Amino acid sequence: MMPGFMLLSRFIGSTLLALLGYLGELMFLVLETARSLVTTPIRWKLVLAQVMEVGYRSQLVVIVTGAFTGMVFAAQTYFQFHRLSMETAVGAVVSVSMFRELGPVLTGLMVAGRVGAAMSAEIGTMKVTEQVDALRSLGVHPVDYLVVPRMVALMISMPILVAECVWIGIQAGQFVAVHMMGVAEVYYVNYMEKFTALRDLEITLTKGFVFGIMIVFIACNEGLKSKEGAVGVGYATTQSVVIGSLAILIANFFLTMILNVFFPAGV
Amino acid sequence: MTTTAQQSMLSVVGLTKTIGTQKILRGVDLEVSEGETLVILGRSGSGKSVFLKHLIGLMTPTSGQVFIEGRQIVGLKERELLPIRKTIGMMFQGCALFDAMTVAENVAFPLREAGERDPKIIRDKVAEALESVDLTGHEEKLPVNLSGGMKKRVALARVIITHPNCVLYDEPTAGLDPVVSDSINHLIRRMQKRFGITSVVVTHDMKCAGHVADRVAFLHEGAIYFHGAYCELVASPDPLIQDFIEGRSGDSD
Repeated sequence: MMPGFMLLSRFIGSTLLALLGYLGELMFLVLETARSLVTTPIRWKLVLAQVMEVGYRSQLVVIVTGAFTGMVFAAQTYFQFHRLSMETAVGAVVSVSMFRELGPVLTGLMVAGRVGAAMSAEIGTMKVTEQVDALRSLGVHPVDYLVVPRMVALMISMPILVAECVWIGIQAGQFVAVHMMGVAEVYYVNYMEKFTALRDLEITLTKGFVFGIMIVFIACNEGLKSKEGAVGVGYATTQSVVIGSLAILIANFFLTMILNVFFPAGV
Repeated sequence: MTTTAQQSMLSVVGLTKTIGTQKILRGVDLEVSEGETLVILGRSGSGKSVFLKHLIGLMTPTSGQVFIEGRQIVGLKERELLPIRKTIGMMFQGCALFDAMTVAENVAFPLREAGERDPKIIRDKVAEALESVDLTGHEEKLPVNLSGGMKKRVALARVIITHPNCVLYDEPTAGLDPVVSDSINHLIRRMQKRFGITSVVVTHDMKCAGHVADRVAFLHEGAIYFHGAYCELVASPDPLIQDFIEGRSGDSD
């Protein structure tokens, strides 16, 4: 019988190999996309259609997420700070948190769910119905036609969606703190403005931009490697959401550590 | 071999393809001359569609060479293959129409990708292509609202709109009723006569083969089992070929 540590090391080894293989796949797609951006004109009509689909139509879900997160966060912060008579600091906490973490991460997760799944399903269906092969047979590279417009669209849309999420979250938090919890508005706004600065906006937009690119590559890669049939498309869609969400959460930690060097928190 | 290959529209030398442990193609050699129609017959699973996809570089062979108008395409990168593919059209078994586009948008797609921007020229050429496949008046329909035969016609219109030198047909009559199949067969023949298009037709439909073929190759277990004229195939005493022609499975009730 195989000793436990050997089974464990085999498991870790195979997992690492699978991870490296997956990162290699993604890197191929990234390089091919970079090559396309250099060699092929961008199809702006498709970009515009994708901005409508992935940006404009994602607004409701992002706004609702931002609003209720801001509201519940303001309420919870108030409940804790009220005991220390620090309720006027609620605005600063909600604002900085929404800008630096909650806004970009929650928007990223919602977009990975809504947009990433749709991209994988659409491209996956095109793959299994030979529409991707039809593109190739007509002399069109699938990356030029399917990946680049989606990437450009999300590069444009994602920072805007994150900004919307943050703004609505702060407004909703202020509504709860001021109008429902009775925090003095002038102090609430004053502290919020004192502790929030341009660097927080820069962090949120950078994170949104990076998360947008990650979602596109993960979703398109899953779609393009879909296996035959409806099961294959379903699997690709699930993988896209799971991997996209996990990647955002993991990348967020590293981005926070790196971006904090360039845009340090605090006054 | 290379000299002969360079004179042909399409040429395949020692093509093999293995997927996993399964040998799909076992050393296929074939040539297609300019303007002729070669029909590749064979039972389901004999490797016909896989072979066809190799001709346009949609699949990479395990070994062997594929020449398009004398140019070896095996080993070329995807981006190097794109301009070569523009000279060869392919009609897929499932038609592979872009389901988010209307009939007119599907047919106009190759033109737009070739850089044509004038709406009038695009409209006229789409009308001409649809007219040549007897599908005038269906421009604004979506593929989901078309019958199987109409989808095949749209797929053919999309292929011929840029006047390719060669068209590859993957099971053009599969899933169609005999009358619609007959009209598709006539269309293939008409395309050949009207535009002088070289054609490779993969099918298991003997009627289709009889109608369109200049030459027939019979693919069996990944290798060319018979190669010659259609009348020679029909007259062949070989039991395997006769079983295929007669549609005999050898099973008993």
